[in-house]
Amino acid sequence: MKVLVAVKRVVDYNVKVRVKADNCGVDLANVKMSMNPFCEIAVEEAVRLKEKGIATEIVVICVGPSTAQEQLRTALALGADRAVLVESAEELTSLAVAKLLKAVVDKEQPQLVILGKQAIDSDNNQTGQMLAALTGYGQGTFASKVEVSGDSVAVTREIDGGAQTVSLKLPAIVTTDLRLNEPRYASLPNIMKAKKKPLEVLTPDALGVSTASTNKTVKVQAPAARSAGIKVKSVAELVEKLKNEAKVL
Amino acid sequence: MTILVIAEHDNKVLAPATLNTVAAAAKIGGDIHVLVAGQGAGAVAEAAAKVAGVSKVLLADNAAYAHQLPENVAPLVAELGAGYSHILAAATSNGKNILPRVAAQLDVDQISEIVSVESADTFKRPIYAGNAIATVQSTAAVKVITVRATGFDPVAAEGGSAAVEAVAAVHNAGTSSFVGEELAKSDRPELTAAKIVVSGGRGMQNGDNFKHLYALADKLGAAVGASRAAVDAGFVPNDMQVGQTGKIVAPQLYIAVGISGAIQHLAGMKDSKVIVAINKDEEAPIFQVADYGLVADLFEAVPELSGSL
Repeated sequence: MKVLVAVKRVVDYNVKVRVKADNCGVDLANVKMSMNPFCEIAVEEAVRLKEKGIATEIVVICVGPSTAQEQLRTALALGADRAVLVESAEELTSLAVAKLLKAVVDKEQPQLVILGKQAIDSDNNQTGQMLAALTGYGQGTFASKVEVSGDSVAVTREIDGGAQTVSLKLPAIVTTDLRLNEPRYASLPNIMKAKKKPLEVLTPDALGVSTASTNKTVKVQAPAARSAGIKVKSVAELVEKLKNEAKVL
Repeated sequence: MTILVIAEHDNKVLAPATLNTVAAAAKIGGDIHVLVAGQGAGAVAEAAAKVAGVSKVLLADNAAYAHQLPENVAPLVAELGAGYSHILAAATSNGKNILPRVAAQLDVDQISEIVSVESADTFKRPIYAGNAIATVQSTAAVKVITVRATGFDPVAAEGGSAAVEAVAAVHNAGTSSFVGEELAKSDRPELTAAKIVVSGGRGMQNGDNFKHLYALADKLGAAVGASRAAVDAGFVPNDMQVGQTGKIVAPQLYIAVGISGAIQHLAGMKDSKVIVAINKDEEAPIFQVADYGLVADLFEAVPELSGSL
C-alpha cells in the first residue's frame, strides 16, 4: 500500500526564538531550520511499515517555501521514495495546508497518511484532523502504536491519563506522538542516494486550492519575562519560604 | 451572540476542564450553551446544567458518541454549532482531537489553546511552546476555539439552573470503532492537571533514583515529570517528559530536581506559578527562572525535603 507522509520545515527545537522588534512575528533570519520533530517520527513510522513489507511506496509531501526541499531530501534519505513540494512562500494556516494535502491525497490515493501531531512553531495541532474531515477518513491522532492488518489499522492513542485504541478503516489518517518510535539518523550513502530521488514541485494554484484564511495574526509578543528569584541556603529555609511566602504548601 | 461549549466528560462525570472553558466563554460574553455528547451521560448533562452561567444544555445521547469518536462527534458539533457565534472546547486530548475536524467541516480556521480573550473575535495564544504569544483575530462566522485550562480560572460548578434539551441527531460515520482503553492506575495526579509537579533530569543519574522523587511526590500529592535528557537517557518513559515536545504544564508549584534548564524544558514549565530548582551546579540556567533555588546535592536535599513535610 502507498503511504503519504506530510512534513513541515520549522525552527530547530534547540533554538530559542526571538520576537521581532516590530511585533510582527518571530525572527527567522539566520536561524537553524529542521524537520518538525513529530514529522520525523511520522517518516520513521512509514519507513518501518515499508521494512515490514506493509508499505510499498512512501511519498513525502511538504507545504512550504522552496527551501523546504532540504527537509524533503532528509525524508528521502531516511527512506521515502519520492517527494512533493507544494511551494508557498506565505505562511499558511492549518486549514489551507489540509486543503492542499487533500488535493494531493486525491491525486495519489494513499491508503495511509501519517503526519506529526503538531508543528513546534505554530503549535496548532489541527492539520491531521482537518485533513481527516476533508477526506472523510477516520483519524488516529497522537499515535503511540500503529498496526495495519488487512483493510484496517489499529491505532493506540496517547490520551489524558492513559491510552486508547481505535480501529480505523483504510484509508485513514494517523498523527504521531512522541512514543510512537525513535527516528533513525540518515546514513551518508543514503543522503547521497536521496539527491537522485524524484522531487516534484507543485503550487496551490496548480492544485486549484484557495489558501484564504479566516485568521489574522495581529501581533506577536515576547511572553512576560520571568525574573530569577532567590537562592535559599537550606531545605528548612526552602520549606519555610514555600509555606509562608509563596503559600503553595 | 450564543456560544456552544463542548463538555469534557467520561459519560459519568463532568471534567473540571469544562469549567475553565465556560469561564473563557463568559469572558467572550453572550448566552452559553453546553453540548454533552455521549452515551448514558444524563448525569453529566445534569451537572452541566448546574454550572454557573450556563443557560441551556444539549444532550446527544447515543451509542455512536459513547467513546467520543471524532468521526461521529465532529459532524454532530458542526451541525449544531453552525448557528452559534463561537464553539469552544477544552484543549484536552479529546478537545484537540475533535475540534479541528469540526472547524474543517465548517470551512473555518481554528484558534488553538487560547490563554486570554481580548474581545469577542480576538484572542491570545502561545506559539513556539510559549516562547512567543500571538494575538489572533478571527473573521469566521463561527469561531472555533480550544481553551487552555490554565489560562482561565474555573467558574463555579453550582449555581446555574439550565434546562436540558435532548438532541436527536445521530451521526455514525462507520469509519472508526473503539477497541479499548487503558487508563494509568497511578494514585498520582495526571501531569498536565496536577497542582504540584516534581520533575527529575539527567542529575538523577538513573531510573532507580527516581524513587526519591516518587517519595517526595507522594508527600505532596504531586505528579512526577522528567526532562528530555532524563527520557533520552532511558531513566523514565517519555510520557513523563515535560518540555516543548512533551507535556506543557503550569502547576501551582514546580520542583525541578537535577534539571539544568535547557530551552526545550523551560518551554514546558515556565508558566508554573512557583518554580523551585534543586541542582548542585549553581550556574545551571534553571536558576534563572526559579523563584527559589537550592544549590545542593539532590540525593541529600530531596530525602530531607520529603522528611520535613
